[in-house]
Amino acid sequence: MSFISLLWVLLLGSLLGLELIGKVPPTLHTPLMSGANAISGITMLAALTLIVKAEGNAPLLIIGSVSLGFALFNVIGGFFVTDRMLAMFSRKPSNKK
Amino acid sequence: MSLPVIIKFVIDLLAVLLLALGIKGLSKVKSARDANRLAAFAMSLSVVGLLSYYLGTSGIAIQSWIWIIIGSIIGSLFGAILAKKVPMTSMPETVALFNGCGGMSSLLVALGVAIFPISGGQENFDFFKSLINEVSISVSIFVGAITFTGSIVAMAKLQGWLSTPGWTQSKVRHFVNIVFAVASLIAFFDLINGNTSSIWLLVIVSSLLGIGVTLPIGGADMPVVISLLNSYSGIAAAAAGFVVDSQLLIVAGAMVGAAGLILTQVMCKGMNRSLVSVLFGGSLSAQSTASSGSGEYTNITSCSVEECALTLEAANKVIIVPGYGLAVAQAQHTLREVTKKLEQNGIEVVYAIHPVAGRMPGHMNVLLAEADVPYEQLKEMDVVNPDFPATDVVLVLGANDVVNPQAKNDSSSPLYGMPVLDVQEARTVFVIKRGMSAGYSGIKNDLFDLPNTSMVFGDAKKVLNDLIGELKDLGVGEK
Repeated sequence: MSFISLLWVLLLGSLLGLELIGKVPPTLHTPLMSGANAISGITMLAALTLIVKAEGNAPLLIIGSVSLGFALFNVIGGFFVTDRMLAMFSRKPSNKK
Repeated sequence: MSLPVIIKFVIDLLAVLLLALGIKGLSKVKSARDANRLAAFAMSLSVVGLLSYYLGTSGIAIQSWIWIIIGSIIGSLFGAILAKKVPMTSMPETVALFNGCGGMSSLLVALGVAIFPISGGQENFDFFKSLINEVSISVSIFVGAITFTGSIVAMAKLQGWLSTPGWTQSKVRHFVNIVFAVASLIAFFDLINGNTSSIWLLVIVSSLLGIGVTLPIGGADMPVVISLLNSYSGIAAAAAGFVVDSQLLIVAGAMVGAAGLILTQVMCKGMNRSLVSVLFGGSLSAQSTASSGSGEYTNITSCSVEECALTLEAANKVIIVPGYGLAVAQAQHTLREVTKKLEQNGIEVVYAIHPVAGRMPGHMNVLLAEADVPYEQLKEMDVVNPDFPATDVVLVLGANDVVNPQAKNDSSSPLYGMPVLDVQEARTVFVIKRGMSAGYSGIKNDLFDLPNTSMVFGDAKKVLNDLIGELKDLGVGEK
């Protein structure tokens, strides 16, 4: 991919992000923040790429692995925590029935 | 195009679509939980796509597999354990910590690529040959480092491990931060000029900048800062996407970055503060000492739990105003017991949620949801404000600045213009508080001086427990 087309990707991605969450009830601010935060752990793909491309370079393998660990900590923890919060909201209706 | 390239293209496209749907769904109560799972699925799909691509093209060496597995297991395990164990009340700190680690990950990727340029594989992986790569590496390191140290400081401050040092409230901090910023700029250009060793200077000064910017910010503004740092971690991921040439990373990072900015803006609006004043204004308490805020109280009425119970028993409509103090005292379940008793007596109970009550947007909703408070009883500020004049009793629990009438009446107050809950319109207001200390803004609360306000001093949980006892003695809620 040329740099210019990557810039287009960046621009369109940003616009998409701006459009996606126009109206959010305050109730969902915390879960949304935490969910979006988990998605920002997508940098785990960069860490994976680094490890695969390391070709036996030990320091690079280690850096990649640590980076992958940090990213997955973000991703797994983020999604679990968000689910825990949202579980509390969705439990209410079932309690009433 | 070869088959692996096509497969990866399709999977990436699908992943972006699902992530977008996930973020969209997270903004509606009904779909939020499924949306979160959808986003998690999209993330795992993207990993499968990437790995299958490399398996189909260059192959993945055994060593690489070993390090992938080690990193994955350790990271996932710690993440899962923390997510399961952490109490709901420490959610803001937890999100800050996760966020910081995301930033750290982007930082490390850029650092790895910069120090050990990868020899070209099937693709054009000629790092440090093009200006673009150097720029994206520098940006990734810069933003990643700020996100990491900023988030860690935010977490430490919320946990109470760090207080706001005095010097950070003086003008000195601007000077210090400008020095850090200029130094990172110098390192940035030095790096782009091909001087690889200045990468460490960039790491150090941008880390210091993250600390220097976050440290002076007061507790009341922390939600805004966490949200902003969340946006940064998206930008860091997008920058890392440029480093490893991944469109998926750029799109996802940009989406999170933009969504985080919107959320930050929403929060600033709720506090009637601009982002600039949050970031560079220091904590509100520092300003208030210079202005009208630090006046003395002249007309404080304190009352016993018993009186409070008697008034509650006679009420028809009660509004509860929760704040951060409720979370600190872990009194949400006790509060729920009190309101249950009142409801059994036919008293209408509603919870008034200020948009920035607590240390995070939606903090109170999460807290009350944990105590099984029905969702319909939580009313937002704009909805509940017209109801106060027709309300008999308002119970303020650990909230302070969000019920300060100064924001409406006193144009010299630092709070002036911030939307507040008009609790003083109600017939009687009880403020349950440990002492006369000011709220996070450090400003005197005129509400406490009003004739229809009574203070009930004590820890929220203890007062509420006593209240349950008193209500029991009065026969409230026992049919």
